Amino acid sequence: MTTMAHQPTSGPAPAGRPAAEPVHAELSGVQAITFAKALTLAMADAMAADGSVLVFGEDVGTLGGVFRVTDGLTRRFGEDRCFDTPLAESGIVGMATGMAVNGMKPVVEMQFDAFAYPAFEQITSHVAKMGNRTKGRVRLPLVIRIPYAGGIGGVEHHCDSSEAYYVHTPGLTVLTPSTVTDAYIMLRDAIASPDPVVFMEPKKLYFSKDTVDLDALRARYDAGSPAPSSIGRAAIAREGTDATLISYGPSMAAALAAAETAAAEGRSLQVVDVRSLVPYDDETISAAVRSTGRAVVIAEAPGFASMASEIAARIQERCFHSLAAPVLRVTGFDIPYPAPRLEKHYLPGVDRILDAVDSLQWEES
Amino acid sequence: MTNHPEFIEYTGNADCPESYLLPSATPVQLIAPDGSAAPDADYKETYNLPDPHTLVDGYERLVVGRRINDQANALVRQGRMAVYPSSTGQEACQVAADMCLRAGDWLFPTYRDTVAVLGRGVDPMEAFESLRGDWHSGFDPHRYNTALPTTPLATQLLHAVGVAHAAKLRGEDTVVLALCGDGSTSEGDFHEALNFAAVFHVPVVFLIQNNQYAISVPLIHQSVAPSLAHKAVGYGMPGERVDGNDLAALLAVVGHAVERARNGGGPALVEAHTYRMESHTNADDATRYRTPEEVAQWVPKDPLLRLEKYLRDAGRLAAADTARISAAAEAIAKVLRDGLNAETVADPADLFAHVYAEPTPQLREQARQLSDELAAASLEGAHQ
Ligand SMILES: Cc1ncc(C[n+]2csc(CCOP(=O)(O)OP(=O)(O)O)c2C)c(N)n1
Ligand SMILES: [Mg+2]
Repeated sequence: MTTMAHQPTSGPAPAGRPAAEPVHAELSGVQAITFAKALTLAMADAMAADGSVLVFGEDVGTLGGVFRVTDGLTRRFGEDRCFDTPLAESGIVGMATGMAVNGMKPVVEMQFDAFAYPAFEQITSHVAKMGNRTKGRVRLPLVIRIPYAGGIGGVEHHCDSSEAYYVHTPGLTVLTPSTVTDAYIMLRDAIASPDPVVFMEPKKLYFSKDTVDLDALRARYDAGSPAPSSIGRAAIAREGTDATLISYGPSMAAALAAAETAAAEGRSLQVVDVRSLVPYDDETISAAVRSTGRAVVIAEAPGFASMASEIAARIQERCFHSLAAPVLRVTGFDIPYPAPRLEKHYLPGVDRILDAVDSLQWEES
Repeated sequence: MTNHPEFIEYTGNADCPESYLLPSATPVQLIAPDGSAAPDADYKETYNLPDPHTLVDGYERLVVGRRINDQANALVRQGRMAVYPSSTGQEACQVAADMCLRAGDWLFPTYRDTVAVLGRGVDPMEAFESLRGDWHSGFDPHRYNTALPTTPLATQLLHAVGVAHAAKLRGEDTVVLALCGDGSTSEGDFHEALNFAAVFHVPVVFLIQNNQYAISVPLIHQSVAPSLAHKAVGYGMPGERVDGNDLAALLAVVGHAVERARNGGGPALVEAHTYRMESHTNADDATRYRTPEEVAQWVPKDPLLRLEKYLRDAGRLAAADTARISAAAEAIAKVLRDGLNAETVADPADLFAHVYAEPTPQLREQARQLSDELAAASLEGAHQ
């Protein structure tokens, strides 16, 4: 028998990659940052605070993710903390499950909504059920980040609104931020959660910008005085008195634009950002609808058996006597997400929302 | 990538340096079915017969394991358990898995591996909680470094990789042994787990119990690979095949893979040839898909009788040993009978308590609804 040493065929990433840009470590104070950068900062800050937080997935290392959301994490934290995996989504979520069983807090990236489907068995049969089947002896503090929804002219399988699959699965927490501030706060809250979180990132918001006070955001996570978690809490995105628009994630912009247009036409619309799909904030949302007596639910996913349907049903059950009109839904059609040139017909937009508002039986009140 | 060893050691023939990945030409056997020492064969590693003390310990575990299977089969017939997937005939694989691991190592069992789970020291009544139908699982995986038996096939293999990966990142010398069946090797998660384990070079030993069937489907419908152990080559990890009814050979082969993994050698795949002597579970009828003649061929290959014959012939099984061993087997049988015959209460409040770390407002509402219903029902009962 002979022993021979061979160079492995796959080796370290090629040298000569671009020099490190000033990344998250140095960013502080009041800054105009993108939604994507807020997510990066949330991961970076969580990784800095807790050595058990790991980031992995497809192209998240050297490249920094196809949307650059993990940009710079490998450079800053090393390849043990942020790394590329083989191309296999079930493998990513399954390995994350084992790591979470053994003391780690993995934050994994699914490259696109429809490419999380290979991981569906791991998510529904294990991730969602572990806490329950072990009577709480094993909690899985892991986060599955999923860029989702359309509006970016994406090709087939890159634009699904897949939230209904996850919200329908007991045991999963499902979050979807729509503002730069929430991108940071909600991802940190997700990482801090003892339960597994499906974190759905509207990809059309990645490059939206806002000015935020990073020091103030970070102070929410000071060990001594942590701010209350955003999980389970809806947000009032705009005050209004005539009707309530309820939306989340990728459809929030259309809801807010509709409220703006309605205001110019003399109608005051309140806008609620559900943002925590599970746990769902019945209290805030019901109170909002009772205050106006009219509600329209807006979501980009196909409407049949959807999150929007659940919201409408819950409002109807809880607010029936305060309602002046049926709860309406403005959603995507019940069709596979369309090709880029047709998506404008699919997406719930301002006109469709305002048509729904107009039909809320105003003449009778 | 830091996950890769700097150099991969290829040990083997110089013309084909990868040949060390290939399994031996025949399954490793150290003790023949008739209890005699197996003839010398040219295996790819030197596999030594374990010392007599270890073999007597192993024999005791086999006897206890067989008694667990017999008692559980009886209890399921008596309706004391919802279901039992028997591993009669396969006990040697599970006993070897246990014996090759340290307490701090992790075992990932399937639904068929109750013998291995109990061998890890899991409280029998905790282990049987799911089979009885009280809850989906009964024990704390962290207490025994033993994962809960998993039903969705091959999914547990990825969890094993994750546990090993986490241990490796922390610089611990934990080894993870993951069990699966022959049919499960067709699942995507089997492939993903082996590939991940190899790419991240983590200490996992995959032990396939090839009992020839996946419920009714024979192996030929799962794979036409030269052997399941050959699959290892495609992932860049060594494969080996072993007589799964020969505890001595299993201890040598699995033990070698475990120590190799512990010393930083990375994952390995072991295929153990065995046979499921009973139906898939009590709900199955194996006579629909296999002949009595086929089953009869496996009777003389029994792992327990083989080792007993070997130890007796070697003068290693004293009367005191056999008395002690049958007392241990009867003791576990009594624990199972007493435990499973005792009436237990499954608490409906548990239904809502553990889905999330903190029940959501909606779950609290549903818990109240059920508890009101139960209170009303018991009030009605009291009035009748
Ligand atoms: C993903 C999945 N598909 C189907 C089943 C149903 N099922 C349970 S056991 C089994 C056969 C498994 O065969 P094998 O892997 O050889 O293990 P064995 O039962 O022989 O120990 C099947 C099909 C399952 N549990 N999980
Ligand atoms: Mg089988």
